Amino acid sequence: MTIQEIQSEIEEEFGFFDDWMDKYEHLIGLGKDLPLIDPKFKTEEHIIKGCQSQVWLQAELEDGKLFYTADSDAIITKGVISLLIRSFNAQSPEAILEANTDFIDRIGLKDHLSPTRANGLVSMVKQMKFYALAFKAKTQNT
Amino acid sequence: MASIREQFPILKTQVNGKPLVYLDNAASTQKPTRVVNAIAQYYNTSHSNVHRGVHSLSQKATQLFEEAREAVRNYLNAESSDQIIFTKGCTDAINTVASGYERLLKKGDEVLISHLEHHSNIVPWQMACERSGASLKIIPMNHKGELEWSASLLSPRTKMVAVNHVSNALGTINPIQQIIADAHAVSAAVLIDGAQATPHFAIDVQALDADFYTFSGHKVYGPTGVGVLYGKRALLEKLPPYQGGGDMIKTVTFSKTTYAPIPFKFEAGTPNMAGAIGLHEALNFMSEIGLEAIASHENRLLLYATEELSRIPGIRFIGTAENKASVLSFLVEGAHPYDVGVLLDQMGIAVRTGHHCTQPIMDYFEIPGTVRASFGIYNTMEEVDQLVRGVMRSASMLV
Repeated sequence: MTIQEIQSEIEEEFGFFDDWMDKYEHLIGLGKDLPLIDPKFKTEEHIIKGCQSQVWLQAELEDGKLFYTADSDAIITKGVISLLIRSFNAQSPEAILEANTDFIDRIGLKDHLSPTRANGLVSMVKQMKFYALAFKAKTQNT
Repeated sequence: MASIREQFPILKTQVNGKPLVYLDNAASTQKPTRVVNAIAQYYNTSHSNVHRGVHSLSQKATQLFEEAREAVRNYLNAESSDQIIFTKGCTDAINTVASGYERLLKKGDEVLISHLEHHSNIVPWQMACERSGASLKIIPMNHKGELEWSASLLSPRTKMVAVNHVSNALGTINPIQQIIADAHAVSAAVLIDGAQATPHFAIDVQALDADFYTFSGHKVYGPTGVGVLYGKRALLEKLPPYQGGGDMIKTVTFSKTTYAPIPFKFEAGTPNMAGAIGLHEALNFMSEIGLEAIASHENRLLLYATEELSRIPGIRFIGTAENKASVLSFLVEGAHPYDVGVLLDQMGIAVRTGHHCTQPIMDYFEIPGTVRASFGIYNTMEEVDQLVRGVMRSASMLV
């Protein structure tokens, strides 16, 4: 599936919820189910500090595809992370660099990706793209 | 109560489709219509630059600005209105004093602050100490969030004690009267950060014998961008000015400038006239309700909220001092404060989450932050009930 297709699928999934509580319960569930990041990556090097909650992010390249793992101390932040990871995982660096995160707006979670939330997510999206850029450069050099 | 709420149009706002429950008053209070109108009327009828013009409008603006100064003097029961300096906020007022002290302090001198301070009463003193070579000492805090005050923290080297009247993060009311008396015994000056006290109870700077007292306009139902520094005359006269510019000088030549007398020495540039006039109206609003009525209403809200929230399993109050203003910080076990804040916002309830610009307090309790509900004059018991239901609902979703 392309990033676009995955994001449409997520939108469709969230389309089932008419009230905020169901939506957030789903998001919290996704946050709780997010695969754990290897504790060795929970270091200063991988931390993205938000004023309120923080995020750890790590990425690896396998067969030309990027795989992210991440964590946060806040569960709603983790829920949004899980959506971002699901849409970008197992994609090529080029596809990730071209992709956007507008689907988050469309499912009514825009506020969570706003710089004013201070939850580390804006920086996390940037960092995900930096990883893609770095791996792209690395593959081109080898 | 209904008539008070009527004066705040913003309280009728819907947030996420729910009626707003505004419990973030310690960060900033909302404004009654009369404050907004006073500012509009000033601009519509009386605005010109102050202190310099001979024309009628300038005189009128100057008169209103100086009346605002007199109103603040009266509000704080200061000796004289020239001891009232308008600043751009409470932070700016503290920086005015700290930057002056930076030049008065010497290596070996000590500045004493407390573990309970807001960053705005920590960082300016760190900067002043760094540049002057003085050292910064800390009044410790106990597990209830009360200061462990002891006169033995003072020494003949202590030149300044800077402490808040009420903690913004925990609501603790500090024993400033004792601190001031003890500090004066070693000839140290005392600055009281009154940002969180002035919204809740009456302040008498002479009875307190405070050397400096600061507060913020927007936390007392007034506009943003205006704050107040009160100081004792002799200290203000000795304190070097913070900024240079127009309005703060007596004579200027290229070789030397002599400064204007207080308060103008500290008010470089065109002051925030509209802010001061709005603040004047806000102080009238509070005085008309009566500070005792405000304190007792907010105290009832605090006690009720504490009692009702304490029934929620897993609730943990951060800051359980005996003597508290209407600020309630708490955590729900197993839930990050950010998550609780996000869910409460979905229910239209505005609280603050995070470290509240008091990281040393959070470090002490080894927590990332708290959820903080803070009550103002327009809050109701029903809103407390909504908060309690909201927290219960959040807890059931998160934990």
